[in-house]
Amino acid sequence: MTTATLPTRRDEAWRYADMDALARLGAAALDTWQTLDVAAGESVTRCLVVGADAPEVHRMRVTLGEGAKAAFFVTNRGADYTRFELEVRLARGAHFEFGGVTIGGSGVTREFVTQVVHAEPEATSNQTVRAVHWAGATGNFLGEIKVARHAQKTDAAQDFKGLLLEAGASANAVPQLEIFADDVKCAHGATVGALDEGARFYMMARGLDSATAQRLLVQAFIGDAFVALEDEAERGTLLDAALAALEGAGL
Amino acid sequence: MLTITDLHARVGDTPILKGLSLHVPAGEVHAIMGPNGAGKSTLANVLGGKPGYEVTAGSVTFRGQDLLALEPHERAAAGLFLGFQYPVEIPGVSNVQFLREALNAQRKARGQEPLSGGDFLKLAKDKAALLKMDMDMLKRQVNVGFSGGEKKRAEMVQMGILDPAFAVLDETDSGLDIDALRIVGAGINAIMRAPGKAVLLITHYQRLLDVVKPDKVSILAGGRIVETGGPELALRLEAEGYDAVMA
Repeated sequence: MTTATLPTRRDEAWRYADMDALARLGAAALDTWQTLDVAAGESVTRCLVVGADAPEVHRMRVTLGEGAKAAFFVTNRGADYTRFELEVRLARGAHFEFGGVTIGGSGVTREFVTQVVHAEPEATSNQTVRAVHWAGATGNFLGEIKVARHAQKTDAAQDFKGLLLEAGASANAVPQLEIFADDVKCAHGATVGALDEGARFYMMARGLDSATAQRLLVQAFIGDAFVALEDEAERGTLLDAALAALEGAGL
Repeated sequence: MLTITDLHARVGDTPILKGLSLHVPAGEVHAIMGPNGAGKSTLANVLGGKPGYEVTAGSVTFRGQDLLALEPHERAAAGLFLGFQYPVEIPGVSNVQFLREALNAQRKARGQEPLSGGDFLKLAKDKAALLKMDMDMLKRQVNVGFSGGEKKRAEMVQMGILDPAFAVLDETDSGLDIDALRIVGAGINAIMRAPGKAVLLITHYQRLLDVVKPDKVSILAGGRIVETGGPELALRLEAEGYDAVMA
């Protein structure tokens, strides 16, 4: 038995979602949460490429014990609505790292939604999201950070940059900070812009064709999201998956 | 090597080049001087193929090819190098990666084998040394955090690596101190003073021409070449100013 109902745009966390795609997916699919518990002092790194030809919603609840570390690096390049959502709860001294890239065209919405709860003191979190879109596509990052009353010395950072390769594409960044402690650092930044045509011409003047120059510029742009990933092979896989989405773009 | 005939070009609705003609044969260093707003940078950008610069009449022939029909990267592969007055910063892309990809793209276009990573690094090291630039700078992001002078030296390192047949250098001397000017000037001589090569050297000042001695000097004013002479023309300009010389 399920009593699940579809969310509406009035729900803050679903504000920019593709409601038609959610209807196709069905409400029951949204009730499925994966869980990951990282014990005190343990460390987990996950690298994922998400998105296919049908809508996908990935939802995961992560709890981090004292001094535990979790790092997620995700390339979101679905050919249909693709949502990757994390709810993270940090105990004392834990660290959460997130690097995400949404990339693609075809009028599709791709999004990251995170809720990071600093429940205890001295935990840190760092989130870097890059969105590269064209052909009427949308990239979203809804990032909520909650700092509990006694979670002093919290250090949380969130950084979003969108790169729109064509008019008609869009990017939405919704940082939400809820801070109840007084001795904390919470930083967030969001910018959206177009490709640096001056840089493209400079690269072409040195012999690179327009598409290669664009690929290098996009690679540099999204590379920020995976800087914290030490495994070079994994980083290569995530970057290649993202750049492959660009190959067929015909820009 | 380069023949410009009755070239007219505009930026937006503003005509800048108004019937410019110039011939630069192989083996020649040709300096272009002229007052502000004469069209010097526009000439450089039109030759490089920068978007936004519209050629409305005239022709440019480069090594027997219609230069204006080529995309910017095809011009580079054909042997043209544009030295930027304001080199562009490219965050996240290292000089080494950028230049190796650029060189190999040019080589591929010319039907040559790509250079291996090892051979490329050796070449880059040689050219960096020529410009007295630390190899560590080349491992950094393109022009990011470089001073004005370092950017200009990096341009010349790029020119050395890409080894063009023809260089259009747009105020490469601006922003350089006296020592850097000598290094850059000597770099231009070392890289471009060779049989079959030529340089169009756009500058405001005689001091670069003391190091890179031009064979010809032309004055560009009002979008046209109004006078061409030998090196003595630059000296006269330095002494008397544009108004007096062009009167």
